[in-house]
Amino acid sequence: MTTATVDLTDIARNDEGFFLDPEQWTEAMVPALAMFEGIIDLTDRHWQIIRFMRSEYLEKGTGPTVRVLGKASGVSIKELYQLFPKGPAKIAARIAGIPKPRGCI
Amino acid sequence: MNHPTHVLILGGGTGGTITANRLRRMLPSSIDITVIDSSDTHVYQPGLLFVPFGLADPDELMRPLDRQLHRGITYIRATIDTVDTVRKQVRLAGGRTAAYDVLVVATGARLMPEETEGLNGAGWEKNVFTFYSIDGARALAPALAAFTGGSLVVNVVDMPIKCPVAPLEFCFLADWFFREKGIRDDVELTLVTPLDGAFTKPVASRRLGELLESKGIKVVTEFNTESVDRDAGKLTSYDGREVNFDLAVVVPLHGGAAFVGRSPGLGDELGFIPTDQHTLQSRVAPEIFAIGDAAGLPVSKAGSVTHFEGEVLSENIRRFLAGENLDASYDGHANCFIETGFGKAVLIDFNYETEPLTGHYPSRVGLPLLKESHLNHLGKLMFQWFYWHTLLPGHAIPGITSDMPIAGKHNVPVGAK
Repeated sequence: MTTATVDLTDIARNDEGFFLDPEQWTEAMVPALAMFEGIIDLTDRHWQIIRFMRSEYLEKGTGPTVRVLGKASGVSIKELYQLFPKGPAKIAARIAGIPKPRGCI
Repeated sequence: MNHPTHVLILGGGTGGTITANRLRRMLPSSIDITVIDSSDTHVYQPGLLFVPFGLADPDELMRPLDRQLHRGITYIRATIDTVDTVRKQVRLAGGRTAAYDVLVVATGARLMPEETEGLNGAGWEKNVFTFYSIDGARALAPALAAFTGGSLVVNVVDMPIKCPVAPLEFCFLADWFFREKGIRDDVELTLVTPLDGAFTKPVASRRLGELLESKGIKVVTEFNTESVDRDAGKLTSYDGREVNFDLAVVVPLHGGAAFVGRSPGLGDELGFIPTDQHTLQSRVAPEIFAIGDAAGLPVSKAGSVTHFEGEVLSENIRRFLAGENLDASYDGHANCFIETGFGKAVLIDFNYETEPLTGHYPSRVGLPLLKESHLNHLGKLMFQWFYWHTLLPGHAIPGITSDMPIAGKHNVPVGAK
């Protein structure tokens, strides 16, 4: 079995840990990025949210807020907080390699 | 085809009224302009903040809606059922329909307390209030007057909300109010916000955060309210934190008008219209435009935004009807006076690209930015006159342009515009 190497050394991130260039992100980085957010057991529900964040960003130019996630992702806000206890929109955006969701203006 | 052209404007608030009045001057009389609104009253919403403190009379904030519309504009009072974007018609409650060639959605944002556990049903009474409606603001006044001490919590349930600085202003005015009453030491004032600071833009957030601290107002950040328990006097967040209160002033969830949700393809998840941030044309259909709080744009939901958008929107509708390119462009310009109590206010001015900075507005000689001053408070008071007499009729305020000015500002980033 070969060692799976995920290279995060060249990833440029801002002070708050958000990717500066979302193009640098790959799905292979997700388990490592999640681990840095304190998420060891990455479930299908996590993946569902991370992929949803990513596709919303690619379509609309900004990731969804918690409230929009709760309405549109198929996962309730309550469960979102169980999956990402430190703040679903922010943490999932960091793991999905997209900028901070712009909802708060 | 020879039928008359119909411009249909949904909503007769700030955005609908400005757009109707501007278009009436710009378009030939052969083009019909109609405004539909379920209410016959226009509310000066910036005044609601002052009502709970007895600093404004709610009856003086309301005027007849039709009187703000110029001659040659038709006003229909009706509830909107749905918009059929394919057949280009609006269905009204009762079954009537109105066809359009151009549709402007200007129906603002709606309060949705029913979406939060504990805010549904009971109305605004006892220990939980809001100042975001005429009735709410009116009910809060006696409760504040009777408050003798304890914990007063100002809670923003979630963004987006109308006028994101209003909850801060409420805290500043409450600090002043209780000082005047001589009971400030007996009142614990706390702002509970879903944001990670006092405001979203870094320089302003820092300055406003310092101002809150200097006035002894506590801030609880990143608090996404799950429920409000009236009996126990307790807010609970989704991540399990609790904040106790004797009196809670809540800004409920906001969404777009109900008909948007009922109209397939018209709005986003929250009922706002997906809109191009520069042309204000919707992404739904080329003949549909949106203005003000109804538009899903990365800008504050605020009257100044709507005012600046109005100039661009009316010009782009004229161009659309003439078959020209929509090259009038909105830059995200917003400004607001933030009441800080004791007859003073702070002014902020910003756009999509440039955050609120210090300096002066609109040029080197002008009102101080991001700094408490009596002059700004007078500006805020004077603004109400401009609102009814200059802004709603669709005129520019002298010296105030829809593009954000940078002369007079400090530390403007290179390339900012």
